[in-house]
Formats: sequence, structure tokens, C-alpha cells
Amino acid sequence: MDKLDVRGLSCPVPVLRTKKAIDSGATEILIVGSSQVSKENVSKLAVSQGFTVNIKVDNKDLWEMEIKK
Amino acid sequence: MNRNKWFILLTGLIIGAFAAILVKMGNPGNMGFCIACFERDIAGALGLHRAGIVQYMRPEIIGLLLGAMLTAMFSGEFKARGGSSTLVRFIMGMFMMIGALVFLGCPLRDILRMAGGDYNAVVGLIGFIAGVGGGVYFLKNGFNLGRAEYSHSNVGGYLLPIIFAFFLFLLLKGTVFNPDAGGPLFFSVEGPGSMAAPIGISLGVGLLVGFLAQRTRLCLSGGIRDFILIRDNYLLIGFLGIFAGALVLNIAFGFFKPGFAEQPIAHTMHIWNFLGLFLVGLTATLLGGCPLRQLILSGEGDMDAAAVVVGMIVGAAFCHNFMLAASPAGVGNFGQIACIIGIIVMVWIGFSYREA
Repeated sequence: MDKLDVRGLSCPVPVLRTKKAIDSGATEILIVGSSQVSKENVSKLAVSQGFTVNIKVDNKDLWEMEIKK
Repeated sequence: MNRNKWFILLTGLIIGAFAAILVKMGNPGNMGFCIACFERDIAGALGLHRAGIVQYMRPEIIGLLLGAMLTAMFSGEFKARGGSSTLVRFIMGMFMMIGALVFLGCPLRDILRMAGGDYNAVVGLIGFIAGVGGGVYFLKNGFNLGRAEYSHSNVGGYLLPIIFAFFLFLLLKGTVFNPDAGGPLFFSVEGPGSMAAPIGISLGVGLLVGFLAQRTRLCLSGGIRDFILIRDNYLLIGFLGIFAGALVLNIAFGFFKPGFAEQPIAHTMHIWNFLGLFLVGLTATLLGGCPLRQLILSGEGDMDAAAVVVGMIVGAAFCHNFMLAASPAGVGNFGQIACIIGIIVMVWIGFSYREA
């Protein structure tokens, strides 16, 4: 599984990093981030690319999600 | 359309409608809201510049900031954070203001101007879209200003809201410290700065819009950016809502006057309408949000966004002291030079902050 750390990165860098990973062929990615906005945007992108999103940690200032195809 | 999209459409409609109502109640033409113009008026009210016609402590801005803060606190999202190239963001905020005052409005006012029939704003919009496109180019090439860190204390996030709450207190109390020269706050007796809706209404609408913008993450540069980058139209729907809401009420109130000439607080120098908002679009995309979004983020405890807001206020003071700001007569030489320098500086920053 690929890992991606987007903590503290401002919009839209988390989405771009995720997209880059998806475009390079990753099918399972663990993403760690901090802001609620990036959580919403990354999961929106993942769903639109046909991934299933599994949010494992969901605090207001830290989240972790697994996305899988 | 899912529930979120309906909500941001409704948010846009409410903002657009209230913008027209604020004009009806006394705000300058097509300026129910303008983050840049109002921050410029605040710079004037604080005596940071001496342009007598644009001085007022705009309660809309205070309401937006405090409304976003209260909303973020209730939803548990308020968290002080910062440290992502703060000084760079401050300087970028200054240039974003220069671009906005060359055009005469932030992206939000651009929509409101279009909804009032001002064709110059369409020229501005094309420049804005081009600027966002330029920013997207840098983002795609790995641009970022670095990671922000959550702070172990929330105090830093409260600073800007507390300062604005103090300004509100000064506005409501009306105390004069210096009977000879005036101050602490200065108020225009003529011109756009003298035109304002009643304080309570401006503040109330600001609070409401602060709540809505915080919940929906409304952002005008973000709308175009997301559409270009990932074909996501969520934020753009908010954009359309603002336009539609303002358009309907502008027609109802008789404010809608289509054309290029004689538009309220606007000029017809097409190149500079284009380049002014080009600079704003480019800068906003590199900063991660338009002037409205920066203000809302400041209310959530984002100290980097607060640096942009303060940078914009300081930038507005420079704009008027250095004769950079446009007027209905057009953009002067210094404003044109500053706008070009701004674009060059943003391109420089855009290239320099690429990360492999």
C-alpha cells in the first residue's frame, strides 16, 4: 500500500498529491492529513475516480483514510 | 445534484441577494460586498492612507470574520495553525490588493458587477480565469508554500478576530481620541467611503455570510481552479448562485444597467481590468484561496490566512499612498507598473516554490 502524508498542506495540494498517486497507478493508498477541508476534497476526488474510501481516524485536526480500487 | 451542491447554490443566492439589498440600503453601487474595497476602506478608517473618500470601518468585514470564527468554534474546526511561508503570504496579500484595486474589486465584487450589467467585469473575469489558469500551471508543477503546523495554543488564532472586535467597539462607541485631527477612526464625508448601509444590517449580513461561507468553503478562485484541475463544479455552483441572486434583485431594484461606460466605481481600461484580476487570480491560486476565503480561514484560526488579510490591508494603504489604485477615470502609470511588477513577482514565487 502506498502512503501519502498531506498534513499541513493547503488547498488544493492534498488533492493534487492524491491525484498524482492515483495517476501513477496506485490502487491502495493510505492518506494522512490534518484539515477538514482536505479530508472532504480528497475523499471526493477518490470517489470520483472509482475508489472506495475508508476513513480510519477522524479527528478535527488529524485524519487517516484508506482508499482502494 | 447532491445535497451539498444545493446548499452552496442556496448560499450563493443568499449572498447575491443580500449584496443587492446592502446596495439598496446605502452601500456603493455593485458593492454590497467587496472584500478588497472594504479592507481598503478599513485601512483608510485606521488612518493608514489619506484618501479621504475611501475611509470606513466596514462592519461586513468584521461580521464575516467573527461569523466564520463562531461557526468554526461550534463545529470544532477552530484550531490555530500557521508557519507556511507567512511573510511570503503577507507580501502576496499586498500584491493581491494591488491587482484588486487596479481592477476596482475582488473576485466577489467582479460577480456582483457583472450582475449589475457592468461589462468591464466580464473582461475582468476573463483575466481572473487566465490568472487562475496560470496558478494551476504552477500547482501542477509542484508549487506549494510549505506545511503549516497546528499550534499548541489557540491564542494566535484569536488575535485577528479580537483586533476586529475592538475595531467594532470603536465604531459603535464612536469615541474620538484626538478632537483636533480626528481618530482613532476616520470616516469619509463624501465618495464611496461615505456610502454605507446601517451598521446593524451590515454586521448582521456579514455574520450570516461568514457562517455560510465557512460551512460551504465558498471560494471564487477555488471554483475555477477545481474545475480546471479535477472537473469539479461544486464551488462554481456557489459562484453562479451569487450571480443569479444579485441579478434578480438588481433588476427588481432598477440597478441593472448593461454597458461598459458609466458603471459605478469602475473604469473602462480593458487591459488593466484584465491584468488587475489576472494578478488577483494568479495570487489567490498560489495562496489557496480568494480574498473572501482568506478572511474566512482567518476566522478558523489560520494564521497564514490572517497574514494575507493584514497584508491586503497594508497593501491597500500603499496603493493609495503610492497612487497605485485605479479610479473611475482609469489606472495611472504607477498602478500599471505595480500591477506588472506584481505579476512578475508571482511568477518568480511560482517557479521558486516548486517541490520535486
